[in-house]
Amino acid sequence: MNHAAAELAARASYGKLVAYLATWSRDVAAAEDALGDAFLEAVDTWPRTGVPGKPEAWLLTVARRRLVDRKRHAKVEDVAAAALRLVMDRAEQKASDKDIFPDERLKLLFVCAHPAIDEAARTPLMLQTVLGLDAARIASAFLVAPATIGQRLVRVKAKIRDAGIVFEVPGRDELPSRLESVLEAIYAAYGSGWEDVAGADPRRQGLAEEAIWLGRLVARLLPDEPEAEGVVALMLHCEARREARRDADGGYVPLDMQDVARWSRPMLEEAEARLSAASKAKKPGRFQLEAAIQSVHARRAVTGRTDWEAIALLYEGLIRLAPTIGSRVGHAAALAEARDAEAGLEALGAIPPEVIDAYQPYWALSAHLLKRLGRQAEATAAYSRAIGLCEEPAVRRFLARQSSAAP
Amino acid sequence: MKYTILVYENESDFSARTDGARKDAYWGAYKTYTQALTEAGVMAGGAALQPPPTATTVRQRNGKRQVQDGPFAETKEQLGGYYVVDVPNLDKALEWAARCPAAANGAVEVRPNLSM
Repeated sequence: MNHAAAELAARASYGKLVAYLATWSRDVAAAEDALGDAFLEAVDTWPRTGVPGKPEAWLLTVARRRLVDRKRHAKVEDVAAAALRLVMDRAEQKASDKDIFPDERLKLLFVCAHPAIDEAARTPLMLQTVLGLDAARIASAFLVAPATIGQRLVRVKAKIRDAGIVFEVPGRDELPSRLESVLEAIYAAYGSGWEDVAGADPRRQGLAEEAIWLGRLVARLLPDEPEAEGVVALMLHCEARREARRDADGGYVPLDMQDVARWSRPMLEEAEARLSAASKAKKPGRFQLEAAIQSVHARRAVTGRTDWEAIALLYEGLIRLAPTIGSRVGHAAALAEARDAEAGLEALGAIPPEVIDAYQPYWALSAHLLKRLGRQAEATAAYSRAIGLCEEPAVRRFLARQSSAAP
Repeated sequence: MKYTILVYENESDFSARTDGARKDAYWGAYKTYTQALTEAGVMAGGAALQPPPTATTVRQRNGKRQVQDGPFAETKEQLGGYYVVDVPNLDKALEWAARCPAAANGAVEVRPNLSM
């Protein structure tokens, strides 16, 4: 087991314990604190006494005791504390009997992405509660000040407790929309902008593995929901191209110029398998469509060409479900390839101007299409706008080269 | 709300300003960044500064004046300029800071302006 795998295995255990403790106490922050105390106690005792035979059960017992003590301190009625103790005892028995306790992570994920929770807080909350990531790491990935993330998480956990948000998997009526929020939050941990062929790069960094792990978890816990498979397929397709997005000198390589031999075969195979399993449910959705778009791109490894007409059609469907700026720019790019640059520009022109100010892929694609049409002055202006909005030096260099190269 | 983006550059970036092979890329990156800020309507001011050796530091201590050649502190990264942006919140200010060319090699510090 490599380091990353070992870390994720530890996180699996952490998430299960937090989910279990939080589901019963209905207090995420208290559950995390209690578990934190249990870990501290373990660090203190285990070197002397040896690691217990069932470390998870040991941690659960200590954390449970802390939780109950805290409830007492908080002057919660004794009845509630006694009830809590009962429940915990049963869980502990289960844990020591079979070495397992109920996996409540799905409930916790639904709480994290509950409609009452601020959208911006959902993904950080999942990463912290289910994976135990610290605020600093989450802050870097989301380009938010660590103190801000910390405050947001505290606020949101207090809201879960005080508003009495229910820890449950929603019923059939609610499930599709609630699941969409969960999957969106997971995908947000992965990144955005992958579908933009004209020069985008992921904004989020370093959480790809965690996001895929969470996606696989939901897909496993909700086997009848094809969108969960869809989001995993989508992330795997994108992840499969990680290596191919940089050349030997660290230069940026856009999707249509990537060497298909450098795409990860195992990831593509898993993505395809998941997408085809999902399609059997005949319940199409946003993530399955996005994965299907990436699947068409991936087929270039076999056929040597990209079926832009198919991609444009899939984007049309996607825009109907999720008219995001990303899907609209992706659609414009596909139209430009399937038909001509004029068609692409026309589609770009239909995007409301207030959302494009700081959206780099829009300007990169505009520049590319204007250049193809020989509208050099406009192309140069759009290129410099796109370059000015870049975060990645490699993409900046790539666009600067495109801008100065002959049409 | 106004935030100041302080641009800290390393020695290599400072020398890129006048290096024949690198200066176009250097100035091009800042020109496009400034233009993106302006066209997004968030630019509220700023300046590029001459390199650290042109700095002079002044202190008054116990009624005595000390004047010293060079910047206030000798650190690997030095202040190379600043931008003032007018954006709704810190998240947006950080978004713009991340796009600043110095973020890739040096460092970019963001601080809310004190309103006076």
